[in-house]
Amino acid sequence: MQRQMMKGNEAIAEAAVQAGCRYFFGYPITPQNEIPEYMSLRLPQVDGAFLQAESEVSAINMVYGAAGAGARVMTSSSSPGISLKQEGISYIVGAELPCVIVNIVRGGPGLGSIQPSQSDYYQATRGGGHGDYRMCVYAPATVQEAVELTQKAFDVADKYRNPVMLLGDGVIGQMMEPVSMPEYKMPVLPQKDWAATGWNPNSGRARAVINSLYIDSAELEQHNIKLQKKYDAIAENELLYKTEQLDDADIVIVAYGTTARIALTALRRAREQGVKVGLIRPITLWPFPSEVIAKASSSAKQMLVVEMSMGQMVDDVKLAVQGNCPVQFYGRTGGMIPGVNEIYEQIMHLKEGL
Amino acid sequence: MERQLIIAGFGGQGVLLIGQLLAYSGMLDGKNVSWMPSYGPEMRGGSANCAVVISDREIGSPKVEDADIVIAMNRPSMELFEKNVVPGGTLIYNSSLIDGKPTRDDIRVIAVPSGEIAEQAGNLRSANMVMLGAYTGLTEDFSVATLMDALRHKMGPSKEKFMPANQKAIELGIDCAKQQL
Repeated sequence: MQRQMMKGNEAIAEAAVQAGCRYFFGYPITPQNEIPEYMSLRLPQVDGAFLQAESEVSAINMVYGAAGAGARVMTSSSSPGISLKQEGISYIVGAELPCVIVNIVRGGPGLGSIQPSQSDYYQATRGGGHGDYRMCVYAPATVQEAVELTQKAFDVADKYRNPVMLLGDGVIGQMMEPVSMPEYKMPVLPQKDWAATGWNPNSGRARAVINSLYIDSAELEQHNIKLQKKYDAIAENELLYKTEQLDDADIVIVAYGTTARIALTALRRAREQGVKVGLIRPITLWPFPSEVIAKASSSAKQMLVVEMSMGQMVDDVKLAVQGNCPVQFYGRTGGMIPGVNEIYEQIMHLKEGL
Repeated sequence: MERQLIIAGFGGQGVLLIGQLLAYSGMLDGKNVSWMPSYGPEMRGGSANCAVVISDREIGSPKVEDADIVIAMNRPSMELFEKNVVPGGTLIYNSSLIDGKPTRDDIRVIAVPSGEIAEQAGNLRSANMVMLGAYTGLTEDFSVATLMDALRHKMGPSKEKFMPANQKAIELGIDCAKQQL
């Protein structure tokens, strides 16, 4: 397949169009602006609709509407904008509607910076909005993977009638890498017989009602139990991760996205020095690869979590490790990207203590 | 084979384009490549830089700290990134704009008067192409044909009229580097 150089943001947008996304509602924010820009050009070409809303709140509620009508729909933003969308995301989950939400993460809190960050991990994996809910969260590490996961996100969203988030740091959005755009094939998915597409008394079916209000507590509890079964199924079926040189590893690094790639280069350098380092890269941040981390921690002497944050995923790693071995953390934040040398030094420091 | 590169200069000097063309050429030659721009609140006249990795194997870090080659188009960039050249690596600098000399003595230095050479090639704005040529003269990583393929792809048919001057600029840049090897 022919490779083309694409910017992460543009590749995500094109992958979405190829996967049948026909509606995009958004509001500009760096470093994800190439996604709406690309969509504004591309969607009219395929009889879709692009709309720049007056705010993020408006955009996510347009997503809610299009999803309720059964369309493949996406929105994208960056950290502060995703915060604004949380209410809508919670409603979409409550109403059991599928959509894809892209967060190209920048430094926070507040308006923060426009530089790459991974400090929205808690928000993405713990719901972000109110209520008991979960979303499948994909964290690509390359532009090619961003393409593949974007397409998968639409399928998984439709399969479970639940939003899916693509969480990339600013580097993933801004960098260019060769991409082979896969020929998208839609898997067999449930019919969208729940979609509100217009009803008349002779249609022979019940009215489709899009709703997240269950005023009766017992009814809402049943709704939550039903949602939980869905999350259990997602956890069971949709886990993705990648490991590198884990078999003999004394030191196991856990990192995702761009940070995992930087850690990989540090790992290679340490291996050249005879240090037995392995790497676990969660591709889904929720569900989280707890089992493989637990297994690695039973033979590793040290775990090292590296993030572009003050330490968020490290909590999930500690929960998985259950005290089997020490868990160290190294993070840069505010838009600073850890370098290979920094991570290498962390590895060598741990090696000295073994 | 793996190349770790930093290309830096003023916004508007075409430094991001040099990086994209090197990455694109690497892709055309079947390599793995990555191109990572600085994307701060830069503007014309501000500073701009990008990191490029060209490799036979899967690329780990797209961020470059230890560069095999740094291309510096202006003085602040040279001062900022000279320290990032690995010992024995190369600094290619734009001697049309940079009157000082690099201070390191453990690296190879190639001075390219890219402005004068670009003028000679027929288009003052092709100074970045001269630097692209200098890289190629130094490394022999790419053929001129591959670079021109990459450039045509990037610029599109409307810029075809600039291609002869661009090619000339690349060729003169190659000569300039080769004379200093």
